Amino acid sequence: MKITFAHMGNLYITVKALLEDLGAEVVVPPMPSKRTLSIGSRHSPEFACLPLKVNIGNYIEAMELGADTIAMAGGVGPCRFGLYGEVQREILKALGYEFEMIIIEPPQGRLRHVLRQLGRLVGRNPVGKYVRAARLAWAKMTAVDELEKVVQRVRPFEGRRGAATAALASALKLVDEASSIVQVKRALEDGREMLLSVRAPEGDAPDPPRIGIVGEVYVVLEPFVNFDVERRLGEMGVLVERSIYIGDWVREHLFKDLFRLRKGRRPYDLAKPYLCHFVGGHGVETVGHTVEYARQKFDGVIQLAPFTCMPEIVAQDVLPAVSRDLGIPVMTLVFDEHSSDAGVLTRLEAFVDLVERSCRRRAAKGARG
Amino acid sequence: MGEVVGIPRALLYYHYYPMWKVFFESLGGTVVTSGETTRAVLDAGIKVTVDEACLPIKVFHGHVLALAGKCDYVFVPRLVSVERRAFICPKFMGLPDMIRCNCHGIPRIIDSCINLSRTTREYIHAVYSTGRMFTGSMLRIFTAHNKARAALARYTRYIESGMTPDEAMAIMDLAPPCDKPAHRAVAAASSLPGASEAVRGSGRVVIGLVGHPYVIYDPFVSMDVIRRLQEMGASVVTSDMLPAAITEREAARFPKRVFWTLGRRLLGAGFYFLRSGTVHGCLHMRAFACGPESLIGEVLERESARCRDVPFATITVDEHTGEAGILTRLEAFVDVVTRRRKL
Repeated sequence: MKITFAHMGNLYITVKALLEDLGAEVVVPPMPSKRTLSIGSRHSPEFACLPLKVNIGNYIEAMELGADTIAMAGGVGPCRFGLYGEVQREILKALGYEFEMIIIEPPQGRLRHVLRQLGRLVGRNPVGKYVRAARLAWAKMTAVDELEKVVQRVRPFEGRRGAATAALASALKLVDEASSIVQVKRALEDGREMLLSVRAPEGDAPDPPRIGIVGEVYVVLEPFVNFDVERRLGEMGVLVERSIYIGDWVREHLFKDLFRLRKGRRPYDLAKPYLCHFVGGHGVETVGHTVEYARQKFDGVIQLAPFTCMPEIVAQDVLPAVSRDLGIPVMTLVFDEHSSDAGVLTRLEAFVDLVERSCRRRAAKGARG
Repeated sequence: MGEVVGIPRALLYYHYYPMWKVFFESLGGTVVTSGETTRAVLDAGIKVTVDEACLPIKVFHGHVLALAGKCDYVFVPRLVSVERRAFICPKFMGLPDMIRCNCHGIPRIIDSCINLSRTTREYIHAVYSTGRMFTGSMLRIFTAHNKARAALARYTRYIESGMTPDEAMAIMDLAPPCDKPAHRAVAAASSLPGASEAVRGSGRVVIGLVGHPYVIYDPFVSMDVIRRLQEMGASVVTSDMLPAAITEREAARFPKRVFWTLGRRLLGAGFYFLRSGTVHGCLHMRAFACGPESLIGEVLERESARCRDVPFATITVDEHTGEAGILTRLEAFVDVVTRRRKL
């Protein structure tokens, strides 16, 4: 049995570690490319949201490499993601692929249930082995998140363009290859060193503009579909902060129901009075984090969403009010298979121009006052 | 006279208006609705919403704006969930917030939060707090709610007997609940599960129409699809006319329980139309950018490819849809269905 799964940013490092440690054979699909997207959108429903299409492309490319089992997360709505697995299974079956799809449903919310599903994937294992594998995967996930945070702080100041991105790639490789928690820790330290060493020798530019990124988790985390927004902004000299990391998503998706933990209420409190109710997906988080960035005196916020994403449309609808009330520029970028590099880049540049101008104005005012 | 409550004639107006009307009237309020959807209403809605929003949401905004100056309150409930473990759609959950942020100069919003997904407690609280805006008497709220539920049950019966919402509402206005003869006449017309049986006689072919009530029943949004089909000689059965028992049973054939109440109904109705042999053709009319329908439609399309007896077509409507384009496709579809039947 060769297991595969869909890509979402660097999530593959965590999932691969977990499954391989439990003794499964894993086929990581090729990183998403133009080909992935074109295969995916050819076979997916036209108006389905973008992640579903890229997932389909991932699965097909992985099955070309010999995968025969697909692991996927489920959900209870109201966001469409909860039905992805079932629809994707239908699509792939109709295309004639032979495979088994195992959908891990968090909602039933019992640890035993999740373990049983995992057991179907990897065979029977003693509990100790699960614990060990989970701890290693968790360490890797935390390390990846940490490295992604460091690279955002470093990139605007890199001496040579692209140096930070290259350093991140080698750092992630170290984490991926680590086979024990101690090694992960060492990889994280080395990676951090590598990233910090790319800073330009002449010291930091004074006070770069700060932009927060909010939105739907998949397009925020997956650089291929968002045209590498974070890197682009960083290389324009912008300090980027992102509202969601893989760790947050996993914690929320797997453990919220599992251990009956209350969701962190903070984004919900902040989103009032603009959005007063859970709307599925990350709609409330998008609004809440925008408010938070405004309070932290960020210079702008960019919302990323897949086309027709329901929760993000609700958020997008109320964001102009937030922007008006709190005086923070907000731009929404919507992605689908027709989005183009040049279109996204032009808008990013225009937004950064606007933000930089208001930054300069504020600096001038500060100097006078 | 009492307070005037405005109810926008959009979205779940087509499912719940009789209930809301009775509720507010029993509490001493007066109920007004916005008029039919027109180009002007839609344009007003488009102006205040984001481009990405779906057509029904834009239409709803237009109706809310149309109520400005005509009432003391607008009723924009937050319909999170109307049954256990299922939702309506994320946009319904954020509807009052969207209205508040985008529509200015409108009366005060009544945004009762209806959420039955986990417990009934929240629902009771919502009914009570809404009632408190009109009266201090618990008993009155309780009675009003009971009357409202009875009205809804009656309305649902009419719909399941094959009436469109307009017809059902007209009958309810004419005959108060105590009017036994009118009741019996309707009961006779409805021979369950034969909504489809009842209408079969009149047209040459019967077409099962699958779609959200706020799309297919709004003559402007749907380009009057029901009347057009009837004019072309077809009888129409909509997904809402099937009793819930049938749609639930059919939808259960999908491996996972669909967690949208309306989506599950559409899926069940579609499966029923495609498999049961009660209709000659199945037409799915959906709104552009509707999230649930993008997946439900896909499942139906694949199902129709498996059972080829019943022709299946999908028509997508949006704010740019031209009448001629829709008409051509409807005519072609009815032709196909009619020819199939003759063979």
